[in-house]
Amino acid sequence: MSKVLVVAERELRGYFATPVATVFIVIFLVLQGALTFNLGGFFDRGQADLNPFFTFIPWVFLLLIPAITMRLWAEERRLGTIELLLTLPITQGQAVLGKFLAAWAFCAIALALTFPFVIAVNILGAPDNGVIASGYVGCLLVAGAFLSVGAAMSALTRNQVIAFVLAVAICFVFAVASNPIVNDFLSNSIPALGEFARRLAVIDRFTDFTRGIVSLRDVIYFSTFIGFFLFLNTVLVDQRKAD
Amino acid sequence: MTTRVADASDQPALIEIENLTKRFGAFTAVDNVSFTVRRGEVLGFLGPNGAGKSTTMRMLAGFMIPTAGTARIQGHDVQTDSVAARRVLGFLPEGAPTYPEMSVEGFLRFCARVRGFSGTELTDRVDHALGLTTLQAVRLQPVETLSKGFKRRVGLAQALLHDPPVLVLDEPTDGLDPNQKHEVRGLIERMAPDKAIVISTHILEEVDAVCSRAIIIAGGRVVADATPAELERLHPSGRLEDVFRSLTMPEAA
Repeated sequence: MSKVLVVAERELRGYFATPVATVFIVIFLVLQGALTFNLGGFFDRGQADLNPFFTFIPWVFLLLIPAITMRLWAEERRLGTIELLLTLPITQGQAVLGKFLAAWAFCAIALALTFPFVIAVNILGAPDNGVIASGYVGCLLVAGAFLSVGAAMSALTRNQVIAFVLAVAICFVFAVASNPIVNDFLSNSIPALGEFARRLAVIDRFTDFTRGIVSLRDVIYFSTFIGFFLFLNTVLVDQRKAD
Repeated sequence: MTTRVADASDQPALIEIENLTKRFGAFTAVDNVSFTVRRGEVLGFLGPNGAGKSTTMRMLAGFMIPTAGTARIQGHDVQTDSVAARRVLGFLPEGAPTYPEMSVEGFLRFCARVRGFSGTELTDRVDHALGLTTLQAVRLQPVETLSKGFKRRVGLAQALLHDPPVLVLDEPTDGLDPNQKHEVRGLIERMAPDKAIVISTHILEEVDAVCSRAIIIAGGRVVADATPAELERLHPSGRLEDVFRSLTMPEAA
């Protein structure tokens, strides 16, 4: 585990050594703020909660997280450092996990910087901070799920644009699977698939968290989701590292 | 010029390569290559561009999966026991890749920590490697600001950090100026008695200077495996350059 953390630490420092971190965090905060205040009607609702904030955040993640992950393995390939990293005495699983944890920690930092929203609702009213906390846990899990998809796509191809587009597409499928439009269509045409899609969907699970419901089933769902894509990532790195 | 004769037959074989083959689709990059390297040997790995030198070294380092055959480092199979094999290996990949935004020292500390060093031992190891490759003056500079020769030496320092019994160096002197080349050759010569070392190179004088044995590879096949002195006798002119030409481009002979 300590080797995983060494890899993760180097990776995380790498984000902040380049403009990637600043650009990402600024765009994330501006986008999230604009959506919450304008589209979400944060003030007009007259309610002290973060619902408008949480409604938009998976969609912001959908766009921005693949932008972080597209370079994850492609950059190592471009620099040739993948050959260095994977000939150090660590397993590929450790390298994959280290990179994933760094990206996840980075998202956690970006998410933590949305704290003014929490302060604002606490000044304006008396929100249920437990619900807000569980909402943030949900955000982190959605970020982890999307990151794991994006990281695997980055290992699949050395082209960063392809990695980005594939990651957005796959995350989008998991995001809209429970959407009534998609789900009604599926339920009417292939009933079994409608139920299946609803169970696989990310947004429904996330909505539970924003309502303050932290259920073991949802936690297991996200762990399995992330675990599956990290495993896929390890397999892809192993198969394609030298391409 | 040293013409050291390989007398390592009583030493343990630290690198064993058996029938290593790598195909990319219909193209065979490495074709049934076998050799062993014993402690005390410095093997020069020669061949024209695209002959399969880097591919062989990548398979030896466990980075590339061979189509067939096996490679062992100090008895550890690089595929099935790869972490143990890589622990005793110092590998300089082709082009000496490093993370550009890191400082020289930061990069070496990262490699040392992944190799399990900590505390004062970590600092000692990094200082020692910086000393061996004379990088102390640039230790705090970001790698991306360094010249090609310095970058190469950072890669070399990384491979020497843990004082490994096996060194595999892909073009260690490429991009170095004559003085630096001389230094690196001296370094390899000093380390040679305790290690099995494989270096790939285009520079034939280097083979005379540091190698106790040379393998010439062409079209993925081993076409010669002998001491530099023996190789030189293969051509009437007695020059390694002519031997190399006649072995790797048969029509030019």
